[in-house]
Amino acid sequence: MRMPDAEALLDQLAERMRPQVSADAALIGIYTGGVWLAERLHRTLGLKQPLGTIDVSFYRDDYQSRGLTARVKPSDIPFEVADADVILVDDVLYTGRTIRAAINELFDYGRPRRIRLAALVDRGGRELPIAPQFLGAEVKVADNEQIELQKSADGRLSLVVNPVPAQERN
Amino acid sequence: MAYNPQLNANGELHHLLTIEGLPRDIIVRILDTAHSFLSVTEREIKKVPLLRGKAVFNLFFEPSTRTRTTFEIAAKRLSADVINLNVGTSSQTKGETLLDTVANLSAMHADMFVVRHAQSGAAHLIARHVAPYIHVINAGDGRHAHPTQGLLDMFTIRHYKQDFTNLRVAIVGDVLHSRVARSQIHALTSLGVPEVRVVGPRTLLPTHVSELGVHVFHDMARGLKDVDVVIMLRLQNERMNGALLPSAQEFFKYYGLTPEKLAGAKPDAIVMHPGPMNRGVEIDSSVADGNQSVILPQVTFGIAVRMAVMSILAGNA
Repeated sequence: MRMPDAEALLDQLAERMRPQVSADAALIGIYTGGVWLAERLHRTLGLKQPLGTIDVSFYRDDYQSRGLTARVKPSDIPFEVADADVILVDDVLYTGRTIRAAINELFDYGRPRRIRLAALVDRGGRELPIAPQFLGAEVKVADNEQIELQKSADGRLSLVVNPVPAQERN
Repeated sequence: MAYNPQLNANGELHHLLTIEGLPRDIIVRILDTAHSFLSVTEREIKKVPLLRGKAVFNLFFEPSTRTRTTFEIAAKRLSADVINLNVGTSSQTKGETLLDTVANLSAMHADMFVVRHAQSGAAHLIARHVAPYIHVINAGDGRHAHPTQGLLDMFTIRHYKQDFTNLRVAIVGDVLHSRVARSQIHALTSLGVPEVRVVGPRTLLPTHVSELGVHVFHDMARGLKDVDVVIMLRLQNERMNGALLPSAQEFFKYYGLTPEKLAGAKPDAIVMHPGPMNRGVEIDSSVADGNQSVILPQVTFGIAVRMAVMSILAGNA
């Protein structure tokens, strides 16, 4: 399947969020693609809270089988999580396991009032009861393919489909 | 590729025994991972679930409250169960061999051993004999190595100086008996520090230390001139009674770090010490507590570095 244009999807996603996101909502981007999206959404929606970033490596459920992620980025939550209205931002929603890990990590900072989820694309294949409140588009790809969000030197975002590298298949 | 007892068949870190021969990218990965753990240690809940259900045995055949405590905190912040054994006071005095002690603890389903021993090579010996799923961390063996101390020192230097490749680093004092100094020298050269100096009296420097790629100084003023980092080593009290040193006072006069001697280093030089310090022997209180001292941050960074080492090891089958 040909991937939709990421820039157009991001605009649609922002417009879908706008009526339901108050100015004191807090965005948290999930590394790596989710952080790029969250930076843009944060600007477009004119949010007051500083932007948060999360790397779920310390909370992944496949650590036992795959070890620690090679390049772990520090999570940075620069606002009070207790009672915050949080929106997690990710690029590709798939099994839901990354979102589970992000929610667990977030609760180690405090008890948010609410957590919602924004994703650029949803490829189906959920293994946990997790659903996005804000979505760019649903897409279909084969099981042996992965969708990747890329960022060019001038900051433009695009979606590409690649075959899954052999060692990453279960 | 030469056999490296620290690496598994995939070239991943399986045990941490020494920095000597450790691939540079593994050192850098440990430092990068530790950087991410630093933010965990500053949160409300300072725990992550990586080592949940794992049993870490702190196996200390030589007393060390601080190192044992920082390993214990690191393991607990990774959600592991920690069992502390001061073996010097139990089985060994009853005549049990090192390997029998380890075999018994393995039968209690240990997943990781943190080993401190007065004999060089003790951690290597244990690593060679444990089941393949068990990981061993050397927490100091004889005069040989103390790799996590070396790594936390590298983390500290990188934190304050960013780039290793334009630094002048002086290691001062009792290099002869120091496993810390050996680990530091291997780490510094591996990370590309162009000038590593060792400074001390002839009696406290190993005879062929220059073969490790370091510059040797016996004079403090020359040794500290224009350095970016001063690492003071602990002068162990038991060394003072032998023929190596006339007295602690005389050592302090020539090699103790005072504000006057530190003035010869670069104005933004940092002062490090692996602890515990002997104030008035190797370091003056006004330097230890001064604004160039990063001795307490070293302790804080040590926990993040040990969390990184443990989580990388335990994740590599």
